[in-house]
Amino acid sequence: MEAHVERLEKVWAEPAGIVSFLTSVDHKRIGIRYLFTAFAFFIAAGIEAMVMRAQLARPGERLVSPETYDQLFSLHGTTMIFLFVTPMLSGFGNYCVPLMIGARDMAFPRLNALSYWVFLSSGLFIYASVPFGLAPNDGWFNYVPLSDKVFTPDKNIDFYTLGLIFITISTTAGAANFIVTIFKLRAPGMSINRMPLFCWAVLATSFAVIFALPSLTVANTMLELERNWGFHFFQPAHGGDPLLWQHLFWIFGHPDVYIIFLPAIGIVSSVVPVFSRRSIVGYEWLALATVLTGIVGFGVWVHHMFATGLPQISMTFFSAASFMIVIPSGIQIFAWLATMLTGRPVLKTPFLYVLGFVVVFVIGGLTGVMFAAVPFDQQATDSYFVVAHFHYVLFGGAVFPIFAGIHYWFPKMSGRMYHELAGQVSFWLVFVGFNLTFFPMHISGLLGMPRRVYTYPGGLGWDAYNLLSTIGSGVLAAGILVIALNVLWSLRRGPPALSDPWGGNTLEWSTSSPPPHFNFPVIPIVRSADPNWDVEDRRQDALRLERGELLLADGHQTLATTVLEGEAEDELHMPSESVWPFVLALSLSVVFFGLLMKLYGVAILGCILVAGAIAGWHRPQRELQDQ
Amino acid sequence: MTTVAYARRTTEPTVEAAPRSASNGWWGMVLFVATEATLFTVLLASYFYIRFKTSSGWPPDGIADPKLLRALVMTALLTASGFVMYAAETGIRRGRQRALVLGLGATFLLGLAFLGLQIWETVVVAREFTPRTDTYGSLVFTITGAHSVHLVVGLLLLAWVQGRAWFRAYTAGRHLGVQMAAMYWYFVVVVQVAIFVSLYLTPRI
Repeated sequence: MEAHVERLEKVWAEPAGIVSFLTSVDHKRIGIRYLFTAFAFFIAAGIEAMVMRAQLARPGERLVSPETYDQLFSLHGTTMIFLFVTPMLSGFGNYCVPLMIGARDMAFPRLNALSYWVFLSSGLFIYASVPFGLAPNDGWFNYVPLSDKVFTPDKNIDFYTLGLIFITISTTAGAANFIVTIFKLRAPGMSINRMPLFCWAVLATSFAVIFALPSLTVANTMLELERNWGFHFFQPAHGGDPLLWQHLFWIFGHPDVYIIFLPAIGIVSSVVPVFSRRSIVGYEWLALATVLTGIVGFGVWVHHMFATGLPQISMTFFSAASFMIVIPSGIQIFAWLATMLTGRPVLKTPFLYVLGFVVVFVIGGLTGVMFAAVPFDQQATDSYFVVAHFHYVLFGGAVFPIFAGIHYWFPKMSGRMYHELAGQVSFWLVFVGFNLTFFPMHISGLLGMPRRVYTYPGGLGWDAYNLLSTIGSGVLAAGILVIALNVLWSLRRGPPALSDPWGGNTLEWSTSSPPPHFNFPVIPIVRSADPNWDVEDRRQDALRLERGELLLADGHQTLATTVLEGEAEDELHMPSESVWPFVLALSLSVVFFGLLMKLYGVAILGCILVAGAIAGWHRPQRELQDQ
Repeated sequence: MTTVAYARRTTEPTVEAAPRSASNGWWGMVLFVATEATLFTVLLASYFYIRFKTSSGWPPDGIADPKLLRALVMTALLTASGFVMYAAETGIRRGRQRALVLGLGATFLLGLAFLGLQIWETVVVAREFTPRTDTYGSLVFTITGAHSVHLVVGLLLLAWVQGRAWFRAYTAGRHLGVQMAAMYWYFVVVVQVAIFVSLYLTPRI
C-alpha cells in the first residue's frame, strides 16, 4: 500500500517555486487562488461601499464628488457581480467538484488554469481604471444612451465593455470545464441521481453560463463598436433602439442572478444535511428545482424593464414567469427546513450562516414577489427599496452561503481548523450588521429616496434610516474583518484538522486534509448519494488500495465514466503542468490593452501572440492525451 | 456489476481500447459550439428586433434589397464544403487516410473560395452602405464580419488537422481532432445558411 501511494506521489508531484506557481494545473491550487483573488476584489468592493455609506450618513455630506460617487457605485456593482461572487463560487466549484465526484482533476486541467489567469487579468484590467480616475461610472448595467460616447466621452465605459468581454472568456471556459467534468469524471457507480447537490447546482449554473453570456458579449461588442468605430445600434436618430441594450443586458443579467444564486444554494444543500446529521430531505426535488430555476431564469428578464413602456401583454407574460420562479425556490426552502427539523442540528459556524441565509433570503424573496407585480414595480423601481431587495437576495442568497462555505471547507483546504468562537462572533456581526444596513433601505425607499443619488437634502424623513444603514455597514465590515483574520490566523495557528471533522457525507471528506495532489489514492466506488456515510464501501476502497486495484498510477490518470449511469468506461491521461495558459492570458491582455488604448498595432500583435500561445499549447503530444 | 468487471479488467492496462461513448474533447467542442451558436442567435435576434422596431421600409434609408446571386453561390459553396467534410470524417472512421487528406483539402479550398467571395461581396456592398450609414448597415457588417472571423478560425483548424493528417496522425479508432474540426466547420456552415435566410431572403418578404 505504501508503495502504491509513493508511486502516485512521484507521478503527481509538481515542481517547486515560482515556475510551479505559473504552471500548476492542480484544481485545488487553482480553486484556492480563485477564492483568495475573488476575496481581494470583495474587500475592494466593500471599501467602495463603505465610502458610499460614509457619504450618505447624513444629508448634504461632501466627502466625495458626484463624479466619484458614480464611479463608486458602478465599480461596486460590477466588482461584486463579476469579480467576487461568480469567481468565488467558481473557486468552490473548482476545489470541490472533482473531490466530490471522486476524480483526480477537472476534465481540462489546462483550460482550468487559463480560466483563472484570464479572470485575474480581466479583474486587473478593470481595476487599472481606478488610478486614472476613469472607473466605469454608468452603473453596473451601463444603460445607453448615458454610456454612449456623447454622454461619457472618456474611457470609463471602454474599461467596462472590454473588461467584461475579457472576463466572459474565463467564465465560459470554466463552465464548459465544469459540465464535462461532471458528465464524464464521476466515480464509478455515481449515477446522475447519486451526484452531490452541489454538483447539480454547478451543472445547472454552467449551462446557464453557456447560454446567457453570449448576450452580454454581443451587447458589449455593439457598444464598443458604437463608441469607438462609428457603428450605430442604440441611437434612434440612426435607426437604432436604446431598449436593445436593455434587452440584451437583461437576457444575460437575469440568468446571471441564478448563475450567482445556484452554486450558493449548492453550498447550502451541502451544509444542511451534514450539520443536521441526516440525509437531505427530497433529494430529487432539490435537484429538479435547481435545474428548473436555471431554465425559468431565462424567461423573466423583462421584469427589469417594467418601467420602460413595453406592451401590456409582454409585461403580463414576464410577470407570470417571475411569479413562477418562486415555486422552485419554495421547494428548496421547505426541503432544507424539513431536513433541519427532522435532524439533530449542530450549531457550528457553517450552519449558523446557512440559517442566516434562510432568514435573509426569505425576506428578499418576499420583496421579490412584490416586484413581480407590475404596478408595485412601477412605483418602487429605482428607489432604495430595490437596493434593499437585491441586497437581501444577493448578499443573503449568495454571500451568506459563501461564508458558510469558507468555514465548512476551510479544514479540508488548509488541513487546519478555524477558530469556532471567532467564527460564531463573525456570524452575529455579519447577520446583525447586514440587517441593520439593508433593512432601513426598504423604508427609505418607500419614503421615496431614489437609488444612486450622491447626496440628499435633510428633512425628507430619510436621515435616520441612512444613519442607521451607515452604522450597520460598519458592523458588517467588522464581521467580515473577523472572518478574514480568523482565516489568516487559523492558516498558521489552527489545530490540525482530521480528514473528516464534520462527519460529512460527500467524497471530499474521505481523503486527507488537505488532499494529496492526486486527491484519492484509489478511485472510490459509490453506491449511494451519501457515499462517505457508507462505511463498508469506504473500507472496500481501502482494501482495493492494498491490492492495487483501480489505482491508475501510470501518469496523470483518472477514470472516465458514462454520463448518466456513471459506469466505468476508460482510463484518461490528464495533461500535467504547463506555462501556456499563463502565456495565453498575458497575450489576451495585450489584445485588450491595444483595443482600449486604440493602439491597433498592439492589438494585432496580441492576436499573433494569442495564436502562438494556442499553437504552443497544442503542440502535438501523444495522441493518447488528445482522447 | 460493471464496476467489479472493470476492476478485474484494469489489472492489465487497456490503453488500446477505444472509448465507448463521447469523450471529454467531444463534449468540450459541443459546448463551445453551443455558446458560439447562441452568440449568432443573439446577433440575428438583434437584427430582427431592430427590423420590427423600424416603421419605414426594410432595408431602411432607401437602401436596395440585398442582391441574391453572389450570396447564393457563397452559401452553396459552403454547404458543399460541409458535405465534403462529412465525407472526409466518414473516410477516416473507416480508416481511409486518402479520403481524409483529400476531403480536408477540398473543404479548405471551398472555404477559401467562400472567403474570397465574401470579401468581394463586402467591397460591393460597401459601395452602397457601410457600418456607419445606419443601424441596418452596422448589423449587416457586424453579423457577416463575425461569421468571417469564425470562418478564418475554421480554416486555421482545418489547416492544422490537415497537417497532422498528412503524417497519418489519425486512425479509424482515434481521430478526435478531425471530429472536433468537423463539428466546428458544420457550425460555420449552418451559420452561413442562417445568415443567408435572415439577411438576404427575409427583407424580400
